[in-house]
Amino acid sequence: MDFLRPASWEEALAAKAEHPTAVPIAGGTDVMVEINFDHRRPDALLDLNRIGELREWEVGEETVRLGACVPYTRIIESLRAELPGLALAAHTVGSPQIRNRGSVGGNLGAASPAGDSHPALLAAGAEVEAVSVRGTRMIPVEEFYTGVKRNCLEPDELIRAVHIKKADGPQQFSKVGTRNAMVIAVCAFGIALHPGTRTVRTGIGSAAPTPIRATAAEEFLNSALAEAGLWDSGQIIPPAVARQFAELVSGAANPIDDVRGSAAYRRHALGVMARRTLGWAWEEYRGNERSARCA
Amino acid sequence: MGATRTPSNITQGSKAKGGIGESTLRPDGTLKVTGEFAYSSDMWHEDMLWGFTLRSPHAHAEIKSIDTSQALAQAGVYAVLTYDDLPTEVKNYGLEIQDTPVLAHGRVRHHGEPVALVAADHPETARRAAAKIKVEYVPLPVVHDEATAIAEDAPLLHPGRTDHHAGHVPHPNIVHRQPIHRGDVAAARARADVIVSGEYEVGMQDQAFLGPESGLAVPGEDGGVDLYIATQWLHSDLRQIAPVLGLPPEKVRMTLSGVGGAFGGREDLSMQIHACLLALRTGKPVKIVYNRFESFFGHVHRHPAKLWYEHGATRDGKLTHMKCRIVLDGGAYASASPAVVGNASSLSVGPYVVDNVEIEAIALYTNNPPCGAMRGFGAVQACFAYEAQMDKLAAGLGMDPVEFRQLNAMSQGTVMPTGQVVDSPAPVAELLRRVKAMPLPPQKQWETAGQSADVRALPGGLSNTTHGEGVVRGVGYAVGIKNVGFSEGFDDYSTARVRLEVVGGEPVAVVHTAMAEVGQGGVTVHAQIARTELGVTQVTIHPADTQVGSAGSTSASRQTYVTGGAVKHTCEAVREKVLELGRARFGSYHPAWATAELLLEGGKVVTDGGEVLADLADVLEGEAIDLELEWRHRPTEPFDLRTGQGNGHVQYSFAAHRAVVEVDTELGLVKVVELACAQDVGKALNPLSVVGQIQGGTTQGLGLAVMEEIVVSPEGKVRNPSFTDYLIPTILDTPTIPVDVLELADEHAPYGLRGIGEAPTLSSTPAVVAAIRAATGLALNRVPVRPEHLTGQQYSGG
Amino acid sequence: MRLTFTVNGRKQQADDVWEGESLLYVLRERMGLPGSKNACEQGECGSCTVRLDGVPVCACLVAAGQAQDREVVTVEGLADFARQRDHGGCAAEGHGISLDDAKRWRSKPGENAQLSPIQRAFIDAGAVQCGFCTPGLLVAADELLERNSSPSDEDIREALSGNLCRCTGYEKILDAVRLAAARSEEAV
Repeated sequence: MDFLRPASWEEALAAKAEHPTAVPIAGGTDVMVEINFDHRRPDALLDLNRIGELREWEVGEETVRLGACVPYTRIIESLRAELPGLALAAHTVGSPQIRNRGSVGGNLGAASPAGDSHPALLAAGAEVEAVSVRGTRMIPVEEFYTGVKRNCLEPDELIRAVHIKKADGPQQFSKVGTRNAMVIAVCAFGIALHPGTRTVRTGIGSAAPTPIRATAAEEFLNSALAEAGLWDSGQIIPPAVARQFAELVSGAANPIDDVRGSAAYRRHALGVMARRTLGWAWEEYRGNERSARCA
Repeated sequence: MGATRTPSNITQGSKAKGGIGESTLRPDGTLKVTGEFAYSSDMWHEDMLWGFTLRSPHAHAEIKSIDTSQALAQAGVYAVLTYDDLPTEVKNYGLEIQDTPVLAHGRVRHHGEPVALVAADHPETARRAAAKIKVEYVPLPVVHDEATAIAEDAPLLHPGRTDHHAGHVPHPNIVHRQPIHRGDVAAARARADVIVSGEYEVGMQDQAFLGPESGLAVPGEDGGVDLYIATQWLHSDLRQIAPVLGLPPEKVRMTLSGVGGAFGGREDLSMQIHACLLALRTGKPVKIVYNRFESFFGHVHRHPAKLWYEHGATRDGKLTHMKCRIVLDGGAYASASPAVVGNASSLSVGPYVVDNVEIEAIALYTNNPPCGAMRGFGAVQACFAYEAQMDKLAAGLGMDPVEFRQLNAMSQGTVMPTGQVVDSPAPVAELLRRVKAMPLPPQKQWETAGQSADVRALPGGLSNTTHGEGVVRGVGYAVGIKNVGFSEGFDDYSTARVRLEVVGGEPVAVVHTAMAEVGQGGVTVHAQIARTELGVTQVTIHPADTQVGSAGSTSASRQTYVTGGAVKHTCEAVREKVLELGRARFGSYHPAWATAELLLEGGKVVTDGGEVLADLADVLEGEAIDLELEWRHRPTEPFDLRTGQGNGHVQYSFAAHRAVVEVDTELGLVKVVELACAQDVGKALNPLSVVGQIQGGTTQGLGLAVMEEIVVSPEGKVRNPSFTDYLIPTILDTPTIPVDVLELADEHAPYGLRGIGEAPTLSSTPAVVAAIRAATGLALNRVPVRPEHLTGQQYSGG
Repeated sequence: MRLTFTVNGRKQQADDVWEGESLLYVLRERMGLPGSKNACEQGECGSCTVRLDGVPVCACLVAAGQAQDREVVTVEGLADFARQRDHGGCAAEGHGISLDDAKRWRSKPGENAQLSPIQRAFIDAGAVQCGFCTPGLLVAADELLERNSSPSDEDIREALSGNLCRCTGYEKILDAVRLAAARSEEAV
């Protein structure tokens, strides 16, 4: 096994071009488990820890450009206002120790359907900045996941950053696990209200081969909110609408039975989480609207 | 770093008197908080090799061939061993029945069974070499439950059994069967106004001690071997190891290293023989350390069980009868299954007076992982079932569940289903009263000053699943009974060596036993006993090893009772020697030497009136008094194989719990808000440690109630051998655990003490489940309770 | 490969390190620092928690090569680390041994060791049983108190939620952190 330690981003790209089978390692929270348990013996590890820019972020007009290796802890501490859904999701990742090392770039690289950041990225809207010596691609996050633990990165590409839409409305994230901390998702759900475009976006984790959006649920809710004029009135969402939304979220999932939970439970739980998170997000939206009107 | 890292003496000079009854601090505490305490996986020796175990991927298969040539050819590999390399005719080991192959021969009987061993200069070299061993398997049909075990065409797991249970079991795939009959069930049943029955199931729990199986074997110049090891019972290991190695016991020198928890999981051998074999073959020190994945295959688990119960009661709330059948899955090898059957059957009635019983307990041989000792040992499974039955009966009678239990609670003098009279305090009703009397925690503790909720105090915790929606509180009660010590006629003794001398003007006692300190605090208590009995402050605890006689196992809540008893007994004999010497030297100077009750206090011989007769230094005159003595508790008897009658147990232990839970009824997630415990400990030798034991045991019971299970597929494959998927409670899952300690002396036991380690693990589980039932109204006949069970979905384990 | 980094204030070097080794393995098997524990090696127990450039991490999930040129504090260095933090200087400074202490000194392992407040509190509160989780918990708890000198119970639970303990039921661990926090308040 080789251990490649590029000191700069350019060196990293060159190394990845030269060693396309090298496995990038940042926080190590996935890769090292596989090595310790003898599930994986890559030809080389490509250490990204020495590249300082990967741990930085920039808050722009529309988006946050989040360096691939920004640890979850920093997202929780520093980006709660801009990326509330991701910050909530980050808070459910593993343990404090894992949150100090793990990053969204790592979650995307591993592309596990159970990765906690995916539903939040899908709901907020995000693009993955994939770079190789050949150039840069911006990949919408919906298109990034291609299968269980597979993504659309080319062998010579590395994730440099994720461009995540800044929140223009309330966001929520919820995850079911069979323990109250340090638990892998049985299933997870993210929701983001986008009052600017009067749309709602969602993300489902751990309930299909890849993280997915519940597009039918989104479309239903978008038109239901529009038809009833709720974005303007700020009135509560009728229970029947919330129920229908929840059912559509359940229906969007394509879960399996495994040791962490049954498919039927995952569908059920997604519905409950969809209904609750929509309620919390909408309450916050209504509160914001009211205080905006009073001001 | 020196050439080796091995265990060393621990000395503690206490500022306070530090005798029994005080919360003296652990003598090993400083070493443990500085990282210097040498656990078995920390052992190190210059030039040591790393051992690795190749394990079966199949639950049941014939081994056609094993080819080790490619593994042996790899650079850095020193040895590859299979069954054919075993040096003697003794190829098996086992606690009670020698049915477990050191390395598989022709057949594997469970997923993860050891097949071959590698020694290499780096763990990765050893792993790569093991991957090159070619084993040809032909899968065989799998026995995975009672039906497949006793089916007409069932494959026999151990054909041609010759063990002492083979003669009385109804089928060779049943390890042991224990019926118990007492009274007239048919007549009593006819008197019952309410009859309730139920089928209950307990999943396979893992001890999940944090320190993985590990140790270091160092070949000796005399052809023997030194083994530094984490175990619960050095001499039991030794008895099983030496014959396989073909060495006399004195050439297998075992020293206890630091033990990272045990809970029953280290009662059986794991890597002990393997490391010794590799060390003797290579002539080099060999270290083996399991990782967490391997650890799940490296030790036995708690028996999963199915239990059928029927109880009857009269309208005024008196139990009339109980019938039960308990089927324990022992897995591929016997381990402690026979004794677990003995406990499950003899304690199946719980801490209640029931005069008419029909009880049957069996343990099966299957192709599932072997099961054996775990904290609570057979009593845990029964307690879950009988406590569910008590709640059902109370509901059926329209009575308060606590009052119903108190009405039927046993007490001193109660006759057990085995015919044994409970001859020491059994304050079952009082424990229930105490736990019920504790104040309840406030409602809605998640509510914060603002409008938001602190999700950390809600079901789901940080996962942000509820801000109070769907959350319902429930309260539940349970009480349990556990035996203390080894039962059924076992010669359950312990040995202690105590040396008393004066060093640099100060008296020092050295206590040397083979007791395995696994975290329970035995070393603390031994030092306290020595201080109390010998009046010294400075006590050194010698590392536990096989240079002293057996201390028995650190299990069955027995060590403070039995090895503590041995230390007390030996100290008393040492004191007697001191007084003899004193009488001989100074008796003529003071009449009190002959007439008064004499004690050792503060390094002096004093009268019970406090008069100083002599300094220890003057009595001993540079000599040391050094005694090694055995001590045993009252004998017990085996249970009659047909009727189950017999004075099988030496002491009983009782704890009661009240659980307060909050359940997210829509998502099926549970937050245990509080888990209060009341327990009778006879005499708290170290109150701080007592409470620690109770809280730890309570938490393991909580784990079984809501999350802990090794999931085994119908093909016998373990689905979740990792801490990612075998979940134990975190600090966010564990509630406040108020403890009320009752001290009613057992006159038969040293200082009146009662073994305490296991009882709190029993009642914790049913109390939590009773609380969840109260919150949800669901029947919940299985633990662990999964979210699916609360939301109406099925769970198959995938 | 060769590896050079700082452990508990000392430069350390290891040679012939296999590239797949974890920082935990290097500390335990190559540096003679087995205090950080190997309970799960998958980041699910916290027993191997160390400070990596000040940040609590699971040493089992740091590839050895990633520690190159960085600073690691393990439980073995925790007391010195805490003293330097409290006194803002070198560990030995301002903490001389009194004559009385010197007279009481005995050559016994563990006796009279200089402990950090959190280490002392773990012993005093009865938070140690088998002790296998203790090193990781101490590093995590020490870092919590560094950030938050008077944490609420829920803060303590959250900060220690990555550290499994199988013996104590956590109650006495909570006691220990509360005790250390209370003592530090008293000392101020």
